[in-house]
Amino acid sequence: MTGPLLKVTDLKKAYGAIQAVGGVSFEVMPGEIFGVIGPNGSGKTTMFNSVLGQIEPDAGRIELKGQDITGLSPQQLNQRGVGRTFQTLQVFSKMSVRDNLLVAAQEHQGSMWSRMFAPGDSGLGAKADALIDQFRIRHVADKKAGELSYGQQKLVDIAMAFMSEPDLVLLDEPCAGVNPSLVGGISSLLKELNKTQKGSFVVIEHNMDFVMDLCHRILVMVEGKVIAVGTPAEIRANRQVLDAYLGS
Amino acid sequence: MSRTSLIVVAIVLAVLLAVPPLLKNYGVYLFSYWLVFVIATMGLNLTIGYAGQKSLGHAAFFGIGAYTVAILMKAGFSFWFGLPVAMLGCFVIGLALGAPALRVQTIYLAFATLGFNTAVWLVMRNEEWLTGGTFGINNIARPSLFGFQLSAALHYYYFVLAMAVLLGALLWKLLSSPWGKAFTALRDNPIRAESLGVNIQAYTLLSFAIGAVYAGIAGALFASLVEFIEPAPFTVGASIMMYLMVVVGGAGYFFGPLLGSAVGVLLPEWLRFAQGWYLFVFGSAVVMLMLWLPDGLLSIPDRIKARRQSREASAARNVAASKIGAAS
Repeated sequence: MTGPLLKVTDLKKAYGAIQAVGGVSFEVMPGEIFGVIGPNGSGKTTMFNSVLGQIEPDAGRIELKGQDITGLSPQQLNQRGVGRTFQTLQVFSKMSVRDNLLVAAQEHQGSMWSRMFAPGDSGLGAKADALIDQFRIRHVADKKAGELSYGQQKLVDIAMAFMSEPDLVLLDEPCAGVNPSLVGGISSLLKELNKTQKGSFVVIEHNMDFVMDLCHRILVMVEGKVIAVGTPAEIRANRQVLDAYLGS
Repeated sequence: MSRTSLIVVAIVLAVLLAVPPLLKNYGVYLFSYWLVFVIATMGLNLTIGYAGQKSLGHAAFFGIGAYTVAILMKAGFSFWFGLPVAMLGCFVIGLALGAPALRVQTIYLAFATLGFNTAVWLVMRNEEWLTGGTFGINNIARPSLFGFQLSAALHYYYFVLAMAVLLGALLWKLLSSPWGKAFTALRDNPIRAESLGVNIQAYTLLSFAIGAVYAGIAGALFASLVEFIEPAPFTVGASIMMYLMVVVGGAGYFFGPLLGSAVGVLLPEWLRFAQGWYLFVFGSAVVMLMLWLPDGLLSIPDRIKARRQSREASAARNVAASKIGAAS
């Protein structure tokens, strides 16, 4: 594929008089890790949720592999190869870690009716085990996700998004609340998955070191608008970005 | 299923096979009555325990199943024709009842289903030409199976037991399949489930529809068991009682309905010695159960395990603290 995997054009979303996202456009290329940064309230998560069908944008067009996906539901988007994580932990707390991973991909295995009395692992056991090993959570694989530490649950949360090997994964603050010692581990895992699964990632994150180390390109949002897009080096040197973060 | 669970199931099954022949007719009738409610609450457990929905309309499906079979049998059709018609009817109406769940949740959904139950009950009471109204329908025959008449209490009991085992096995298989995980995902976190491709609308509707089918089958068996039906057993009060049975047994625990129905059906019988006080004793027992075991009777092993883990973690912390103290 030569064109962009994800193309967002003039996306707008307002809450009453507040323009949370005011005409955002960007493209994510196949295999790219694309970062989105900006101060609190800059509209990152609203933009994210608009792309992911969680909220309906007021205007704009979203294309995945050249096809219009604007307004599709999160379930339809997932079926088309879009995965995501949330800002807060979103695991199935009463299921085992392994079952969390299995349920994350089972809906891609045949039709709904063919799964009715099918084996519980939907033929995904080996894949789940591989991801469990890759995320180093083997020792807790049979425990209920709700019984794990925050860091372990975060790993399960991220692993779930990759279980169906989506073309595009949107990660909303993967390092939020995570012990600093685990941040490097998450970065390495994402780099590894980017190589092995060959998907594209869009990452919202406040941890600058993490974003600069991980992302190929970065978009900076301030007050609902894009003020810069570029490589980490370009963003670091951008005067507008420095002003937005540090004040002019 | 774990080895311990298999042994428990085998013992329970052996008791259910061996004990009723030793009982008088009323005892056998009570066991059948209990199993009918086990079937009905297995379905409700799927809807509320596994899929996390709210329903105060389950007795309506129980009634639809009972009346469908009774009316068709009175019209000259066999039980074996009435049963699938009742199942199909309950499935379709269950899908329709699930529709409000796509828009509202929690107490609002409970009220929507409560309204449905009331409407169905009013039809049963007022449409005398069809349902016999408050006079009901009597002389409902018990079915025969491969030419073998099931009219004797014990024979009918074994038939109900076989149906309960068959339906239990089917539900177990369903819950062990990817559908079971999808229902649990829907209950635990519908937003995340949807983002993972789970069709939460379809699973919500199906949880109501399949639950309704179980209630419909139970209702059909109930009609032939009591041989006379009228609207009283299908009120909102009956729906609340079924809900209570699921919660007392343990919502989301596969064997919860077995225990919950025993509390709801058999316990009042055992409490007859209390005569005028039996409702008070029963009510107090339920209040105490809900206070001490809000997750139901089958949550006891989980609570014991959690307490043991907490004690072990506390002991480990104390050891670590004493080591740090000794080192400093």
